[in-house]
Amino acid sequence: MIFGSVKMAMADQTNVKLLGMWASPFVRRVQWALSLKGVISYDYVEEDILNKSSLLLELNPVHQKVPVLIHDGKVICESLVILEYMDETWKGIPLLPHDPHGRAMARFWARFSDEKLEPNAWTAMCSEGEEKEGALKRAIEAASKIEEQLIKGRRFFGGDDIGYLDVAMGWVACWLPVWEEVGAMSIVDPARHPRITSWAGDFLSHPLIRTNLPPKDEMVDYFHGKRKRIMAH
Amino acid sequence: MEGGALKKNRWATWLRLPLPFFLALGIRKRERERERKREEVVEYFLMPNYKKPSPSFTFAIVFTYCATTAHKRSIMSGKDEVVLLDFWPSPFGMRLRIALSEKGVDYECREENLSDKSQLLLRSNPVHKKIPVLIHNGKPVCESLIAVQYVDEVWPRRSPILPSDPYARAQARFWADYIDKKIYDLGRKIWAAKGEEQEAAKRELIECLKLLEAELGDKPYFGGESFGFVDVALVPFYSWFYTYDTCGNFSVETECPKLILWAKRCLEKESVSKVLPDGEKVYKLVLELKNQLGLE
Repeated sequence: MIFGSVKMAMADQTNVKLLGMWASPFVRRVQWALSLKGVISYDYVEEDILNKSSLLLELNPVHQKVPVLIHDGKVICESLVILEYMDETWKGIPLLPHDPHGRAMARFWARFSDEKLEPNAWTAMCSEGEEKEGALKRAIEAASKIEEQLIKGRRFFGGDDIGYLDVAMGWVACWLPVWEEVGAMSIVDPARHPRITSWAGDFLSHPLIRTNLPPKDEMVDYFHGKRKRIMAH
Repeated sequence: MEGGALKKNRWATWLRLPLPFFLALGIRKRERERERKREEVVEYFLMPNYKKPSPSFTFAIVFTYCATTAHKRSIMSGKDEVVLLDFWPSPFGMRLRIALSEKGVDYECREENLSDKSQLLLRSNPVHKKIPVLIHNGKPVCESLIAVQYVDEVWPRRSPILPSDPYARAQARFWADYIDKKIYDLGRKIWAAKGEEQEAAKRELIECLKLLEAELGDKPYFGGESFGFVDVALVPFYSWFYTYDTCGNFSVETECPKLILWAKRCLEKESVSKVLPDGEKVYKLVLELKNQLGLE
């Protein structure tokens, strides 16, 4: 069922296609990883998440979300699952470390950032009053845990160069400051979280990342609009 | 014609004669080079200003080597220390016990009292302070699915849990992640909540289980012909179905008969049957818990 519709979508020559949305941090992760793996030419399809295409609904019926990666007709959903698939499919710069314990740690912190920091930061941005205070407190706690456990003396989580965890947590460097501005709040504070702040600066100035960032002003406008819509409900 | 053949033979002979001579020259040249290199090395060490490494430097190098390879060497020598911090009804802990059993790994299981957590648990999982925690040669690994993948990577030869093909691995990770996002929380609402919240959770859980049943299809296991990652992720919840049925007043077996058949197939494996507790035992504990939390 899935392969039939993919064949129609794959009229072009490239064998890598990404369904995404420009302001999604999860989609951008996959784009950063594609760049690290040297996959320069791929088809990018911008989705309107308020009016999802039939292709997206057919390829990701379970979650109906972006990103969706299609490689040689194979459909992969969920950004962290996509990152691991890419690491196992494209040789070249490894995303995950070689040793099993290092891999477990990278997976643990990526999951932590997705389960504890991101949802609370999002809720804090899109709410007010007690709900906002509660979410903000939990987000700051999560950021502090990342700060405490971050490896000292390393430029990136991946060591001397960026890897899986840097790509997974890259949204903290790029999206979180925008959400802080939109929500009039502070989660990652240079005084409280110096290591995260320093890592974020290094990450954003990495040659493969700095040319692959969404425009900040448009992001601020977009998330202001999103916040208004959510709070109106 | 005979003359021509003789002429060829003569040329062949002429060519073949010097060959051993040239070969010998080549061999002699290589031998001379090797001797020259040996002399250079000896000269270096005989030089008056040759710096021998100090004892403390040598000690530092040897110590660093030993320390950084201790983990690898202990795995290779078979002297592994594996401790699992667990709580018997936890479906997450069961996943790890099944995985370790599949791999034939000897481990020490330490039962935690969740209302009085041990210092080892708090030290090993300072972020979540939750079980299960796998501690391998002193290094903790937290979060059950991450720890199951760790076990699969450290002991890869016996009973592989994840398939080898990257796309099949991606599908297995996707469904295991889906199980993690849905089943436990919905199940908890069924036994802990009441009224509309409980009904909504019941409807959603049935939908999720039906989706998983569809994904299973006609395969004996989610992993295909062999027991795999998604099977390990889901089968522990079978021991909680009695609790969901009783508290939610419905029957998982009626809604998803194929899933129950799959679970019973998994229970034929010793690694699963030895680990999964009896459903009624789990229900008794849930009743006690509800009492303590004042949820009746």
